[in-house]
This record gives sequence, C-alpha cells and structure tokens, in this order.
Amino acid sequence: MTQFNRRNFLGSTASVAAATSTLGAGALGFAPTAHAQTMSFKPEKGAKLRVLRWSRFVQGDIDAYMANVKKFTDATGVEVRVDNEGWEDVRPKAAVAANTGAGPDIILSTNDDANLYPEKLLDVTDLCEYLGKKYGGFYPAAQTYLKPDGKKWIGVPLGAAGAMMVYRQSMLKAAGFDSFPKDTDSFMRMCKALKEKGTPVGFALGNATGDGLWCNWLLWAFGGKLVDKDNKVVIDSPETIKALEYAKELYGYMIPGTLSWLDPNNNKAFLDGQISVTNNGISIYYATKNSPDPKVRELNPDVYHANYPIGPVGTATESHLFFNQMIMKYTKYPQAAKEFLRFMMEKEQFDPWLTAAGGYIAQPLAAYEKTAIWTSDPKHTPYRDCVKNMRPAGYAGKLGYASAGAGADFIVVNMVAEAASGAKTPKEAAERAQKRAERYYKV
Amino acid sequence: MTTPILEKLQNSRNVLGLIFMLPATVLLLLFLTYPLGLGVWLGFTDAKVGRPGEWIGLENYIFLASDSVTQLALFNTLFYTTIASVVKFFLGLWLALLLNKNIRFKSFFRAVILLPYIVPTALSAIAFWWIFDSQFSIISWGLVKMGFIDKYIDFLGDPWNARFSTIVANIWRGVPFVAITLLAGLQTISPSYYEASAIDGATPWQQFYHVTLPLLTPIIAVVMTFSVLFTFTDFQLIYVITRGGPLNATHLMATLSFQRAISGGALGEGAAISIAMVPFLLAAIMFSYFGLQRRAWQQGGDDK
Repeated sequence: MTQFNRRNFLGSTASVAAATSTLGAGALGFAPTAHAQTMSFKPEKGAKLRVLRWSRFVQGDIDAYMANVKKFTDATGVEVRVDNEGWEDVRPKAAVAANTGAGPDIILSTNDDANLYPEKLLDVTDLCEYLGKKYGGFYPAAQTYLKPDGKKWIGVPLGAAGAMMVYRQSMLKAAGFDSFPKDTDSFMRMCKALKEKGTPVGFALGNATGDGLWCNWLLWAFGGKLVDKDNKVVIDSPETIKALEYAKELYGYMIPGTLSWLDPNNNKAFLDGQISVTNNGISIYYATKNSPDPKVRELNPDVYHANYPIGPVGTATESHLFFNQMIMKYTKYPQAAKEFLRFMMEKEQFDPWLTAAGGYIAQPLAAYEKTAIWTSDPKHTPYRDCVKNMRPAGYAGKLGYASAGAGADFIVVNMVAEAASGAKTPKEAAERAQKRAERYYKV
Repeated sequence: MTTPILEKLQNSRNVLGLIFMLPATVLLLLFLTYPLGLGVWLGFTDAKVGRPGEWIGLENYIFLASDSVTQLALFNTLFYTTIASVVKFFLGLWLALLLNKNIRFKSFFRAVILLPYIVPTALSAIAFWWIFDSQFSIISWGLVKMGFIDKYIDFLGDPWNARFSTIVANIWRGVPFVAITLLAGLQTISPSYYEASAIDGATPWQQFYHVTLPLLTPIIAVVMTFSVLFTFTDFQLIYVITRGGPLNATHLMATLSFQRAISGGALGEGAAISIAMVPFLLAAIMFSYFGLQRRAWQQGGDDK
C-alpha cells in the first residue's frame, strides 16, 4: 500500500518537475526531485507545537487545516495546538512574540510581517528550496516577501487571499461588452457604458484594509509606485498623476458613496444588484451559492470573475493579501516545526486544503496551479494566479517597518480617494502622499 | 526582641495607615501610573510594535505638529467633542427636567432612556453604520419613498456629512448618561426651595435660573467633565462606522493613535498622539472645576 502510494506520488511530481523545468528535460528534472523526495525533518523527542494563525475566511479552510494537523500528529506523535486570531490582530501579537522570545512556535502572518524582524525567524532555506524544486518553484512575489536578500528564506510562503474583478455578465452585455476588458483603456470605456446604462461600478475608497488594495493596482498599472528599489519615495511622479487622472474619471462612473466604503460595503451593494463591477475575494460568488436569500442565489449564474485589466506598463500589477508561515527562532522544536510546515505544504495535504478553502486562497507554488479547485468551476480560475500576478505591498522597495507603516496609514488609498473625489487635484494628492510616505521611509 | 517592635508598629497609627494604604497604592501604581508613565516614555522613543525604541526626544511631536493627518485629527476631535458635548448637555438637561416632573409611567421612561447607554457601543455603532449606509440607509430610503429627496444621502462619504453623522451617533449614545445623572442631581434639590420661591412669586423660568441651576452646577461640572472626557477619547464608534474615513475626515486622536501604533506598528508615534491628548483633557477638567464650581453663585450671591 505504502509502496503503491509512493510510486504514484513519484510519478506525479516527476511530471510536474518536467513540465516546469526550465531545462525542459524530464530526466534532468527527475534527479533533484528524487533527491528532494527524501527530505524530511526528524521532530525532537517530546516535541509540542503551538501555531498561531489568522482565523478562517471560510469554514472549509479551517476544517481542512485541522484535518491536516491531525494527520500530522498521527504520523509523528507531535502534538499541535492551533490558535486563531483575526488577521489584523496577528501582526501585533507576532511582533511581540518575536521580540520577547516567547509565544507560538509557528505564526501564520500577513504581508510584510516577516520582514519586520527577519533576524528573529528561523532560517528555512533548506525547506523552501526543497519545496520549490518539488513543486515548480515559488512565484516571484512570494520570493520578494520571504527571500528578501535573494538567498536566505525567512519563512515559508503559504499563499494569498486574492481579490479579483467581480462582475455581472448580463449588465456587461447590456452595456455592449461580451467579455471583461483586458486593458485599462477598454476598462474605462466599459465603466462609462455601464454607468450610462444605470448600472455603475463601485470600488472602495474608504479606509478599507482589504478592498482598498485596488488602489495599488491602479497606481502600478500606470507605472507609478510609492518607492523605488532603493526605498526612495517616488510617488510624486508623472505616472502617478496619470493614474490619478484615470481614477478621477473612473470615480464619475462609480455609484455614489464609495468614499465611505469599508471592506463589507461592496459585497452588500453588489449582492443587492446596485453595482455591476467591483473588486473582491471569491466571497461574493460564495454568497450567491449559499445564501439563504433566494434573491441573492438568483444572481449566481450571472456572477463572473476576471483578472484586473493591464495598464500601460504592460504587465499584471495586482495587489493581494499575502500569507507567510514563520517559524520563530526561539522555538524549542525547530525540526518539528519545519517538519510540520513541510508536511502541510506537501501535495497530499496542501491540495485538499486549497480545495476546501474554495478558491479563497491561492497557492505560492506553481505546481498547485493544477489543483482541481481552479478548474472544477471555471469561475474559480481567475483567482488561481493571484500570487503569480501580484506585487508585494511595498513595491518596488524593500519590505520592513516603512512599507508596513505606509500601508497601514492608507497613504495610497487616501491619495487615490482625494484625487478621485476632486477633494484635491491629482498633483496635490501626489505631493501629499509623497510627504506622508517620506516620513515612513525617513529621508 | 522582635515582639516589642512589632507591638510598637501595630500601635502606631502612622505605620498602620501606611500599611492599609499599601494595596490601593500598589494597584494605582501598577495599573495607572505605570501604563501612563510607559506611554509618556514611548512617546519620546521610536519604538515599534515588539521592538524597544531609542530615545529620540521630541522628534515624534515635532513630526506630528507638521503632519497634516494629525492636524486634521486634532481638529476633528475638538469639533466632535465640542458639538457633541454641548448638544448632549442641553438634550440631557431637558430630558432630566422632563423626567423630574410627575409624568405617567415615570419609572418606565426612566428605564427606557438608559437603553442606548446599556447597549454595547460596538453594537450600536453597527446599527448606525447601517442607518448611515450609502446604499441601504433607512433614512435615505424613507425620504426617497416619501418623495422628499430623489437620491440617497451620502452620510459617510462626504467629509462634513460624515462628521455630523458620527456626532449624531455619539450624542444618541451619550445623552442617557447626562440625563440620568442630572436627574439624580435634580432629585437632591429640596422641594422647599421651590415652594419658598413660588410664594415669593417666582416664575418657572426664575425658579430654574435661580434655584435649579445653581444647585445643580456641582453635578453638571462632574457630568460634563466625564462627558467631555468620554467624547474626546471616543474610539469604538468611529472605528466601526468609518475607520477614520472618508479622506480621514472623521479620524479622532484615539483612532489615529491606534492606526499608527498597532496597525502601522509605530508604537512610539502612536503613544505620542495619545499623550498629545492629555493637555486637552486636563484643560477640560480645569475648566469644569474652576469654571463651574463657583461657590458664591451657588449660594445665591454674585461672583466678584
């Protein structure tokens, strides 16, 4: 039985390696895979682990996660306790744990958290290199987040909760668009047409932590960015002004009130049929599947997803909520912790977990693009490439306290909101953002 | 040898007094002085969440003084506190005077009036969030249905609308406290004053101005001090309803402090914002104590 499973497994991973190997030679790809296959860490005697993670967005996520945890305990005898906290509360807790040297052994955190205290985290280079080789490599954004110096991994990427364009097919058709536009110019034309048909679009411009991320996409799509690669603040640029002028026009085609929108507002407005397009996680689609309200369920066949349009820069510039897995250096059981993360990232565990998370979470490793969840329902597919298409929140600079602070202070969101609503001219808004950001990136 | 000393200690009023005060002192030091002192200290450092900071002197305060968002938050806080406190005072006093009359179902009304105060703030904030929602506002809906307006009011999307909307929510929540406390104050005023003044031919307005108000001022001073303090340091309402938006128009010092310190990780700067509130709070306390506790007036005389 074991033999059979193992062979199956070898076969499937070899094909993955072959498919993704840049060398293009299956045989060459096979060798490191077979070597990597043997990697495992031997948990310390009597090891016990405490894991702190962000609480689920969907029940399926935590159910599958806990089932995997149980499998791990059964296989290794290592007891694992999992604590859940709202994702915005994990940051302060993790920082305190890192610096007092006591707390959970493993922390699942968000965005640039690992870059706040890299020296307090266990080096997981061996584990990540093994996973990367075996599963087609980590996407670039995952590497920027967790391999900041290009050599050493300070954490294991878990994935990202993506937001995509969510739209009503019938409304697009009525406005003369058969499919969702791929570039920003035709996107604007569509928004204009939708507004004229009385079905405006809506994007959050309030201090919305998650849904405000579309502002990053917009800024980047036009070539603007908060900082350059040396952390020099360059937000006050002609590219930014172009993005803000675009935002201003777009605001005219939005439903009134978006300046006050926090994370839940667009869901409510969309499900009520008041807007035709918004940016959101897969949760709207899920609501149309599972809502007790028949009127909401009626929307289901009409709800579609699309990737963010590409701007003048010519590449995808998405911004999503990224998840890290950090092993704290103070842990008494580093081997057990590594083994736990390895176990959770292996196909037998990761695949069912991704599937159970229902498309809320996208993988950091290329091989998991083949996971059934992405094709079982074609509407899931756009969410598949979240990590692939995303840029880290502090693009294009180094991540750390400055990028975390600037993000939490809504500098980009406020700038777009100011310019879009006409409260400030694009130039004024960009100048203000420049000043605010310079404080964080201390010039 | 030890017995006499112990005996002596036990008989000394001073020593015993100190010992009895010890628990209270420890509690105060531990839970009041230490956190406050730590906050003051943090305000002078560049501490980040979980990372001890270096002493940087007044740098945080110098930055905050020139930071447009902090300036806006200070203005918002002062505006919010002033308007909300004044309205709460007059509404509360009016309600207290009404409830002090002999009306039917008096105890029922007195209980009902407390309801907003009993409901957890976060819950009432969510209710107001729906009431002010840009798409689902019951007020907008009602007005549209009745034909008074033709499009929904942007309660939280326009900076000034948002400021007034959050103030309304704060007033709704704060009035019961003022009303009930003032009512308690009204009931301590002996009816004989009213009888005496009525015999002298005082009008109700004269009764109010020359009897009720002077005797009520000590209570008013206390109530308004607390009311101003609560309003100035408000956090939950704003955090739930707007998170400081739109365009930071409703950010209060407390919410900005939290945003910078916890979400943004800049503990030192957040602490500095909090500490910057202290002078304003002290000023409010001073005003109510020295401004409203005018003994001579309370005793029927004139202030010099």
